[in-house]
Amino acid sequence: MIPNILGWLFDPAHWSGSDGIASRIVEHLWYSALAMVLACLIAIPAGLAIGHTGRGRFLAVNLAGAARAIPSLGLLYLMVLWLFPKLAGDSAFLVPAIIVLVVLAIPPIMAGAYSGVEGVDPGARDAAKGMGMTGMQVLRQVEVPCALPLIFSGVRSAILQVIATATLAAVAGTGGLGRFIIDGQKVHEFAQMASGAILVAVLALVIDLLMSLVQRSVVSPGLGAGPATSGRAGRRSRTAPSGNTPVDVEIDSSGRTVDAPAR
Amino acid sequence: MTWFIDHLDLVWTRTLQHAYLAGLPLVIGLLLALPLGWLARRYRPLFVPLIAGFGLLYTIPSLALFVLMPAIIGTQIISPTNVIVGLTLYTLALLVRTVADGLGAVPESVKQSATAMGYTPVKRFFAVDLPLAVPVISAGLRVAAVSNVSIASVATIIGIPQLGLFFSDGFSRDFYDPLIVGIVGCVVLALVFDGVILLLTRAFTPWVRATGSRA
Repeated sequence: MIPNILGWLFDPAHWSGSDGIASRIVEHLWYSALAMVLACLIAIPAGLAIGHTGRGRFLAVNLAGAARAIPSLGLLYLMVLWLFPKLAGDSAFLVPAIIVLVVLAIPPIMAGAYSGVEGVDPGARDAAKGMGMTGMQVLRQVEVPCALPLIFSGVRSAILQVIATATLAAVAGTGGLGRFIIDGQKVHEFAQMASGAILVAVLALVIDLLMSLVQRSVVSPGLGAGPATSGRAGRRSRTAPSGNTPVDVEIDSSGRTVDAPAR
Repeated sequence: MTWFIDHLDLVWTRTLQHAYLAGLPLVIGLLLALPLGWLARRYRPLFVPLIAGFGLLYTIPSLALFVLMPAIIGTQIISPTNVIVGLTLYTLALLVRTVADGLGAVPESVKQSATAMGYTPVKRFFAVDLPLAVPVISAGLRVAAVSNVSIASVATIIGIPQLGLFFSDGFSRDFYDPLIVGIVGCVVLALVFDGVILLLTRAFTPWVRATGSRA
């Protein structure tokens, strides 16, 4: 089975052309990037505002929790069914898919932003105020840099979900790497399906690795984030922003929703 | 609505299938995560490889994981085992870390008191460390439960029966009712799972209500 898959995957004929692997990767990245940019434009300012002012937190936590329960595949089918007749051409497939991806990406990004700002050492915030900084200056020069590890954690978590769901979008007629899985299934060609799956998995891993490198270069070394330091002994406190793995934000935000009913 | 009432039997069958596909991995995942999380906490050098290794699993998109399962474990492409193993891996990806974090958050003074009272290491783990870690583990389990229910519906694409089949039914016939029933069914199932875990957590942590504190 394995040689079969590798044979398909590395066949040069499958790499070229508008429905070849190379252009499917570009499509996949394009959908994911477009959705992530839109989601960040909405979720980061909203999350920072919630974290800075402390307002709207209850609503945000519960919305994010509810959004997680909605099956993305169902939402995708629903959006296409609803919007397809209203749009024309390629955008009829693309717009519903992008909407679903944006909706999916918003909760983790927002959770990362507000829990990051909330987690900033109150001493640092007080010191900044004491130095005469305005609210906006405190946010931009103190809170955002200190919150970066958790903001990154949220963004990385969102990227992984977006890449995974962009694969599903192929059932609704878009391009991207999911096409190989869907088309391979139609013609009962497992090698093609498996190749598509391998490509998506590798793409997700590579993008996450790149993001961890970006994170390491952007986040202040004083905050001690990043794989190099996260394993150090003495990092026992759960509240410390050890946000390197994308999973952190999810656990973190759910830990808070646990608090609510426990009184 | 009439569609829903006419197809009550089918909805119920697929809900049960969905609950099985999403629920069994939670149980298996929890049972495997407890020793793995303990190992990560007990033996420092194992911490990074275990946490990072299982964390890495989470980066693999669900559809890709389900499709690749037959090549890894030799099952048929339409076997539900693919989904169960895949979701178990996702559950582990979330829970190994949570268990390690939960066990790590048990105060050192409490452990020392227990040891001083004559608890053997094994007995202390089950009677002191593990119960005190329950709130943290439960938080992770709730995230895993909700995401498992949502991800299980992806199995629609490889043709495994569960609530997600209503999505493709409705989509291919341009008919909203089954689609909505499928989505609502998933959300309700996720809420039920969440509620069950909350109830179990309350049952296992009577001190939280008694003292108003979380360990």
